[in-house]
Amino acid sequence: MRAPSPAALRARLGRWLFRVGPPEAAPIVLVQRRVFVLPTRAGLAFAAALLVMMLAAINYNLSLGYALVFLLAGVAVASIVHAFRNLLHLSLRPGRAEPVFAGDEAHFPLLVSNARMARRPALRGRARGATVAFELPAGDVVELMLACPTDRRGRLPLGQVVIETTFPLGLIRAWSVVRPDAECLVYPAPERDAPALPQAASHDAGQRRGDAGNDDFAGLRAHQFADSPRHVAWKVVARGGPLLTKQFSGLGGGQVSLDWDALPGHLDTEQRLRRLAAWVLAAEARGLRFALNLPDAQGVADTGAAHAHACLRRLALFGLPASRHE
Amino acid sequence: MSEVARIPAAAALWLLACVTVTLAPHALHLPGWVGAMCALLLVWRAWLHWQPGAPPHRLVIVLVAVAAGVGIKYHFGHFFGKDPGLALLAVLLCLKLLEVRHARDIRAAVLLGLFLQLGVFFDDQGLPVAAAALTGTLLAVGTLLALEDPRAAAREQLRLGALLLAQGLPFMLALFVLFPRVHGPLWGLPADAWSGLSGLSDSMAPGSISALSLSEAIAFRALFDGPPPAPAQRYWRGPVLTDFDGRTWRAQPSPLATEPAYVPGGRRYDYQLTLEAHNRNWLLALDFPAGALPGARYASDFRLLAEQPLRARGRFALHAYPDAPVGIGEDADVLAAALRFPPRFNPRTQALARQLSTGAPPPETVLTRALAHLRASALTYTLRPPPLGTHSVDEFLFDTGRGFCEHFASAFVFLMRAAGVPARVVTGYQGGEINPVDASLVVRQSDAHAWAEVWFAGRGWVRVDPTALAAPQRIEAGLAAALPRDEPLPFMMRPALGWLRELRHQWEAATNVWNQWVLGYNPERQRELLARLGMPQPDWKLLGLVLGGTLGALMLVLLGWAMHQRRRADPLDRAWDAFCRKLARRGSVRAPWEGPADYAQRLAAAHPRHAAELRDIAMTYARLRYGPPDTRAAVHLLAQRIRRLKLE
Repeated sequence: MRAPSPAALRARLGRWLFRVGPPEAAPIVLVQRRVFVLPTRAGLAFAAALLVMMLAAINYNLSLGYALVFLLAGVAVASIVHAFRNLLHLSLRPGRAEPVFAGDEAHFPLLVSNARMARRPALRGRARGATVAFELPAGDVVELMLACPTDRRGRLPLGQVVIETTFPLGLIRAWSVVRPDAECLVYPAPERDAPALPQAASHDAGQRRGDAGNDDFAGLRAHQFADSPRHVAWKVVARGGPLLTKQFSGLGGGQVSLDWDALPGHLDTEQRLRRLAAWVLAAEARGLRFALNLPDAQGVADTGAAHAHACLRRLALFGLPASRHE
Repeated sequence: MSEVARIPAAAALWLLACVTVTLAPHALHLPGWVGAMCALLLVWRAWLHWQPGAPPHRLVIVLVAVAAGVGIKYHFGHFFGKDPGLALLAVLLCLKLLEVRHARDIRAAVLLGLFLQLGVFFDDQGLPVAAAALTGTLLAVGTLLALEDPRAAAREQLRLGALLLAQGLPFMLALFVLFPRVHGPLWGLPADAWSGLSGLSDSMAPGSISALSLSEAIAFRALFDGPPPAPAQRYWRGPVLTDFDGRTWRAQPSPLATEPAYVPGGRRYDYQLTLEAHNRNWLLALDFPAGALPGARYASDFRLLAEQPLRARGRFALHAYPDAPVGIGEDADVLAAALRFPPRFNPRTQALARQLSTGAPPPETVLTRALAHLRASALTYTLRPPPLGTHSVDEFLFDTGRGFCEHFASAFVFLMRAAGVPARVVTGYQGGEINPVDASLVVRQSDAHAWAEVWFAGRGWVRVDPTALAAPQRIEAGLAAALPRDEPLPFMMRPALGWLRELRHQWEAATNVWNQWVLGYNPERQRELLARLGMPQPDWKLLGLVLGGTLGALMLVLLGWAMHQRRRADPLDRAWDAFCRKLARRGSVRAPWEGPADYAQRLAAAHPRHAAELRDIAMTYARLRYGPPDTRAAVHLLAQRIRRLKLE
């Protein structure tokens, strides 16, 4: 059997020591049980210096030497309490993270609120290797943006967040480990230089108008929620009329079907997903009406940003187990 | 961006102030050029702060450090010791300030500064130094604070620093009182560990005591139970000098015993002697010492000696019998030594001695004649005696006629020996001044004195103070009264400065309390205090328990302060919270996302009988919270309504 690596051991120790379990429901309040304190490296150096000074004071019978060492020790002890107090009763609440494409940075908002009528300076939030320094004014709320790199599609949980401070003297580090219930949806990274969109189905009337007429205005229809704001007939709205969507000849009847099964056989799952993601983006950009057909479900044809996001979401979660949220 | 700018400017400034305050008291003890160098480096650092430019090249810093090291080696002759160490540390700290690049550098500089802070105490632990140290500590804490929280205002940093010190203070007091004290040193000390201490030495040459006489430093204090002895009886015994080589008087080893070498008798004085450290083991007790003192030894020449050289201020409870006859059965060897003199020196004095002892009169008559002769020679008592040649006694008695107490004592003893009367020189202190503030008798280095003892069969050693012949006021009223009018007096002794002396009395009384209770807090004092606190025989276990308990209790108090969540300051929020709590008890807990309107809707449904009132309260809150600002009275009114709200 292979011995676990030090990192794994530390992670296991951390889980045991800090009772990190499943994601916690908001708001997470840093009660006293959750705030830990330990000396920093500077604190250890300080303690060593005090020890040397103590020996000198004993050796040379320096009464004021004793007094100085004891006073500094007292200040260091008081600073433990200050560090602890700087985190105590902070309340954390995760915000909604906007979906991103794999390879981009996911931004997790985290609302940290300070109910105390005193400033809390020199705080740091750490998650997934990124560190954000912040401070909290008296009785205020601050939104932290925790940026994490993403490398694969799917749901990216925020995971463990460490809120820490070495305030006031840098000798003591107080920290608390929390696991806010936050995740970010990561879409597959769209394939670069993907092949052109598949042609619209031949039975569709859309072909008749030809390529040239793609952007010709064809008429108005009632606005649907998913319609792109770019196609709203704002002039009509400005006159006090109803919300109408402009229809163009190109998208009048043309419908594109993005089919998993139609992709070349040599592509693996992720490659297929990436190409489909690129196509979804291309179709949305051109305002086409498209349907996404994956092995697990056939999609309905629609247009607009919301439809595109729904499709990307299906691509992101394709083949992954359902989360507790759904 | 310059390198220095990477660390918070505020922290650099705090550090500069901290180092300046820490080094200032060192200026008195460091070699002058080291002090000047440090000052220059600090000014350079300050200039860099306000006129940002490139910090000095690392090579420059190394060169300056090496130059300082060489200079220090040259100045002290060695490298390893307290004084060269402190000098080197001071220069290095100032150089460190010039190359502060990271937060880590500032932390290192703060620690170095704390070491130097401790270093000040080697030379001085007085009240002003303590105040400077406290200021330095506050500035050190401020530096660390500014490093962690650079955005806070300097005032806020100062406030928090003072709060931290105030919170550390109880810990300090508990540790200071209860931490088990041991007698140092734990290991060998460098040779120059006690270089700063001054006092009498165990030899006497012309000029050795007058050098002390200009020092206003306190040699010791004595606090008598009852009235102190008359000034003429205040002879504090130091080294007894028997051997004379023509120029220098030296002490002879004398046997030690645990009991005084005489039979105590006559009037007894009890007193508490607080002796400043002088790195010698004589205790400068009042003639003639007695009393059971643990660890002390009585020499056969009536000195009281400690086992170890006195390297810290010491406190001793002593008795004195000034009228007791001593040395009646003196050893023949001692008497023989007290008659020896180098015959090659001082022929004129030897001739005078022969003249005094013509007709083989009893020794008492010789003494009377000698004193009469000296009185007739009209010798002058002065702090500025002319230099003397080979026959120092001859030149003093017959040529210059001007001398300080060591000249008088030396000449007198030589004369008596030459005349066949056993005699010896005794050095020590004479006199002292009562501080009216705390009634203690203060004896300074300027009270250092030399006198003589002659031995008569049947009477033993009898004190004779030849200085009194020329300057009787020296014995009765001290140095200032005895010196001629045109002599420069030690500054404080000038009669015109009476008010200043009054101030000094006050200050010295305060210093005495400080010395006794803070600086003099040693293992004995600790036992004494613990016994008074109900722990007569504290072993380390009990002490540890008490100390741990006290520190734990202090920590709990601090934690209590930290946990104490001040109630929300906004009265409107407080009123709304009270409202929500009241209804939560009735089963309608407000969801975190629920605004006042939605909540009121739900409440109205749950409590139909109070629907109107509940809705009105919620809407008033919403208006006060989110609407245009309203008066304080409106908030108060709402709070009152919420308090009076009764739900059925």
